[in-house]
Amino acid sequence: MGPARIRAIIYEVLMKVDEKLVRRIARLARIKVSDSDVQHLEGELSSILGFVDLLSEVDTDNIEPMTSAVDREMFERKDVVTDGGYPDDIVKNAPERDDHYFMVPKVVE
Amino acid sequence: MSELTDLTIAKARKGLAKGDFSAVELCEAHIKAVDAANEALNTFIMTTFEQAVERAAQSDKKIKSGDAGALEGIPLGIKDLFCTTDVQTTAGSHILDKFTPVYESTITKNLFDDGAVMIGKLNLDEFAMGSSNETSYFGNCISPWKRKTDGANLVPGGSSGGSASSVSARLVMGATATDTGGSIRQPAAFTGTVGIKPTYGRCSRWGVVAFASSLDQAGPITRTVEDAAIMLKSMASYDAKDTTSVDLPVPDYEKTLRDGVKGLRVGIPKEYRVDGMSDEIEQLWQKGIDWLKSEGAEIIDVSLPHTKYALPAYYIVAPAEASSNLARYDGVRYGLRVPGDDILSMYENTRAEGFGAEVKRRIMIGTYVLSAGYYDAYYLKAQKVRTLIKRDFDEAYKKVDVLLTPTTPSPAFAPGEKGGDDPVEMYLNDIFTVTVNMAGLPGISVPAGLSSEGTPLGLQLIGKPFDEAGILRAAQTLEDAAGLLPAPERWWV
Amino acid sequence: MYKESRETEKKNLVQGSTGDWEVVIGLEVHAQVTSNAKLFSGSSTQFGGEPNDHVSLVDAAMPGMLPVINEACVHQAIRTGLGLRAKINNRSVFDRKNYFYPDLPQGYQISQFKHPIVGEGDVVLDLKDGTSVTIGIERLHLEQDAGKSNHDLHPKHSVVDLNRSGVALMEIVSYPDMRSAEEAKAYVTKLRTILRYLGTCDGNMDEGSMRADVNVSVRRPGDPWGTRTETKNVNSIRFIGQAIEYEINRQIDVLEDGGTIDQETLLFDPKKGETRPMRSKEEAHDYRYFPDPDLLPLEFDDELVEKLRGELPELPDEKKDRFMSDYGLSPYDAEILIAARPSADYFEKVAKGRDAKLAVNWVMGDLSGHANAKGVPLHEVGVSPDQLGQLIELITDGTISGKIAKDVLEIVLEEGGNPADIVEAKGLKQMSDTGELETIVDDIITNNPKQVEQLKTKPKTIGWFVGQVMQKTKGKANPQAVNKLLQDKLEIGEG
Ligand SMILES: [Mg+2]
Ligand SMILES: [Zn+2]
Repeated sequence: MGPARIRAIIYEVLMKVDEKLVRRIARLARIKVSDSDVQHLEGELSSILGFVDLLSEVDTDNIEPMTSAVDREMFERKDVVTDGGYPDDIVKNAPERDDHYFMVPKVVE
Repeated sequence: MSELTDLTIAKARKGLAKGDFSAVELCEAHIKAVDAANEALNTFIMTTFEQAVERAAQSDKKIKSGDAGALEGIPLGIKDLFCTTDVQTTAGSHILDKFTPVYESTITKNLFDDGAVMIGKLNLDEFAMGSSNETSYFGNCISPWKRKTDGANLVPGGSSGGSASSVSARLVMGATATDTGGSIRQPAAFTGTVGIKPTYGRCSRWGVVAFASSLDQAGPITRTVEDAAIMLKSMASYDAKDTTSVDLPVPDYEKTLRDGVKGLRVGIPKEYRVDGMSDEIEQLWQKGIDWLKSEGAEIIDVSLPHTKYALPAYYIVAPAEASSNLARYDGVRYGLRVPGDDILSMYENTRAEGFGAEVKRRIMIGTYVLSAGYYDAYYLKAQKVRTLIKRDFDEAYKKVDVLLTPTTPSPAFAPGEKGGDDPVEMYLNDIFTVTVNMAGLPGISVPAGLSSEGTPLGLQLIGKPFDEAGILRAAQTLEDAAGLLPAPERWWV
Repeated sequence: MYKESRETEKKNLVQGSTGDWEVVIGLEVHAQVTSNAKLFSGSSTQFGGEPNDHVSLVDAAMPGMLPVINEACVHQAIRTGLGLRAKINNRSVFDRKNYFYPDLPQGYQISQFKHPIVGEGDVVLDLKDGTSVTIGIERLHLEQDAGKSNHDLHPKHSVVDLNRSGVALMEIVSYPDMRSAEEAKAYVTKLRTILRYLGTCDGNMDEGSMRADVNVSVRRPGDPWGTRTETKNVNSIRFIGQAIEYEINRQIDVLEDGGTIDQETLLFDPKKGETRPMRSKEEAHDYRYFPDPDLLPLEFDDELVEKLRGELPELPDEKKDRFMSDYGLSPYDAEILIAARPSADYFEKVAKGRDAKLAVNWVMGDLSGHANAKGVPLHEVGVSPDQLGQLIELITDGTISGKIAKDVLEIVLEEGGNPADIVEAKGLKQMSDTGELETIVDDIITNNPKQVEQLKTKPKTIGWFVGQVMQKTKGKANPQAVNKLLQDKLEIGEG
């Protein structure tokens, strides 16, 4: 994706930071927003997205993304059971529980 | 008793060993200091005095029997981002309401194994998201320093505001902190303390509440470079429970601390001379250059051309990772739950009430930049820019051993002064520190003088990967040249 | 790029009221990796258990917890890739798939999106009609399983148990290469056989070790793809067949009534045998995949792959070919025998060093009959390969006849014991002693002059004499010996 295309996408976005977008993102993030939240979030998100737009001028063709700040082979654990067996501790902080189960409002599938 | 709180860790260790005072006395002196200050400074979210005194008593036994650890009986504060067994851990957020871990973070375990005594859990920006400690659910934390010109209270910086403020105010001898974009170094600079962010992978992240996994790294805040060396040695370890921690031996930083900078090649990156940088900061930087030069360092101009893209790239990568890391706070297994008619509204109510405005903002940005159709333009692009930033450093390190820059573009400000209308204004605080996180490098902030407003200023040294020893050594030279800052006035007593 | 590999075949077309339809099926099979501990934590993968007992702090996504990969799960994925003749990727990446669900503690599933550990491979199906088809495998990736919600314990609540949370799964994605429910069932069966041979998944579908997301669409022959539906988490081979049949009929009905198919996610209701749209129909999914920053790329060298390749057991297709060439099995018999490794092993123990033809007949015949009647697999029917082998040896060396052998097998099944001992104890040995037989034959010839006369014109009636001898000897007479004696005495050619 070239700089021009990225800039185009970002401008399209900046134009589009509207109530609908804010509500869509909030729903994806599972955060309830009030009408007044939406208003100031529109402005703030625009400002931040405008700021990060600076990146569109960087030429990143043929540049590999950084996948990790650590340049090493991943450590792998042996297949041994070393953990678990403490359900009391697992549910100890639960807001609502039934015996050793977590309890949530009914989910309809 | 008040002079006990003025001791450095190094001196306190000697005093304890000689029997000049006991660990319990040392602990109680600090408890008294906290009691006197906490209402004004709000540095502690929770104190653990009783356990502290018990631990100190154990330390006294150990010191007597000759099995003292490296930090035996030293009173520390723990940033409330570190999970501590049976002690409430909040991350400065309402969403972790009453959360009490059944486990100990690797770092706090390392410290306690070495005999450290926890006085309490320290205030911070909510989930470490902030540069002024104004986003904490538990209220603003205040710096012990005041602005001379108008007597205004100041922010201690953030996110490790409670750590920096407590250490500066002599409430604890040292504190743990974390740094995702500058959260150790910027508050250290604002409060006249030393803060080191080690190389990514040097300290285990296990048991530290995650903000942005590829950037987060813990380190100490102390009053001297030597204390930072002592604490870092204890905190750092390879941890098989953290895949991103690195299996390298931890050097004895104290040993090489006073080896000087003769022949050290110090790079001065020209891109850090940004528009709007105050003359004061500019002059401070020059002073730092002169100090190192006069001790035999070689000063070399270098270029880090992608510096200005680090902060915007950071504000894509960090929120993206955070939006995912904070998805676990859903009201199901721990923390706050705000009921709703169904599961969806339970989630939405809980997260709306549990997270503060800045955290929500960042979750929203992060959710957005990862969403379908935008991943390549934002997240992937930012990670590519990161590669370029890292390359800049790799190039520079072919010519130099360390880099010297200011820590912040301006001195501490008063609560409410920045970022009220535009969050980006606040984000600019991290402009000099964030590059280091993006590249995973070690960086340290050392107090280097006072501003015309009478507030501390810091210089930053940036090292090669895993060369914490190198930047500590250079930092010691700066500290020796600048002299230790006077303690802030205890206006709160 | 994927290219359709199948030609339209008449036998696979479904007749609608407005013409023929072709069915296109692709499967995503989730197979639980056989391992002791979970993919990213040290807690047990054991099935069942008290709620939240096989759960670590990592599985419950406690703040500050981090994943550490289980080496054995990586090896299992490589083995499976090799068993599917697939490309093994020496570098793969774990991504986070973000969505909210109460049994997904992290708020994301660690999976592999852009760079899976295993690439393209294939599975060959031998169908009942004697034809075989090759089903393309698009990819196999490693991912975490979620916990389990139960919606029926409380009127207003669901409860969550995280025992399964973090168990390693292999998601095996086929290309849309199947054209009927039969093929889809054969594919899952074959896949399960391969995984069980490899020991990488136990294939116990009732414990959820294997389940499939079923993608079905229909089109006019020769047309481009139709819109597909995805039926989630179907957990038995029979249900997979039912779900597909139901979807085929439903989609054809909709289209023939002039409607259109919605691309939607469905659930299969086993009680009704129907699919229905998931009720929790939220906004379109946006999983916001990105590489998990808590993990590093998964990298290994060819040496590891070759080592694992060297340790692979004989795979079903190889075994089938070998059974056909070594033991002269028909493709059909071979396919049945290799379907489960224990029965294949059972057969091989019986057949090795013995009369293969007899071994096949006995294993596929009487023994399978008993097994089916008892509803158990071959190797659990209660006759060891040694016992059956001995029985076959007794037939081969002429000690007993095939008919007596059936009786001996019954005795072994009911009372146990060695066939040779049973034959000895019950006096079931064949009478091959010509002296003893001669007396009996002479007797019969003398007492039945009418039959002897008849035999002169109708040589085939010699069977009647044989039958008489058998009756007299209670079946123990060696039929060949009897025949020979009768022919000699009555001076006739071979009947
Ligand atoms: Mg799927
Ligand atoms: Zn899957």
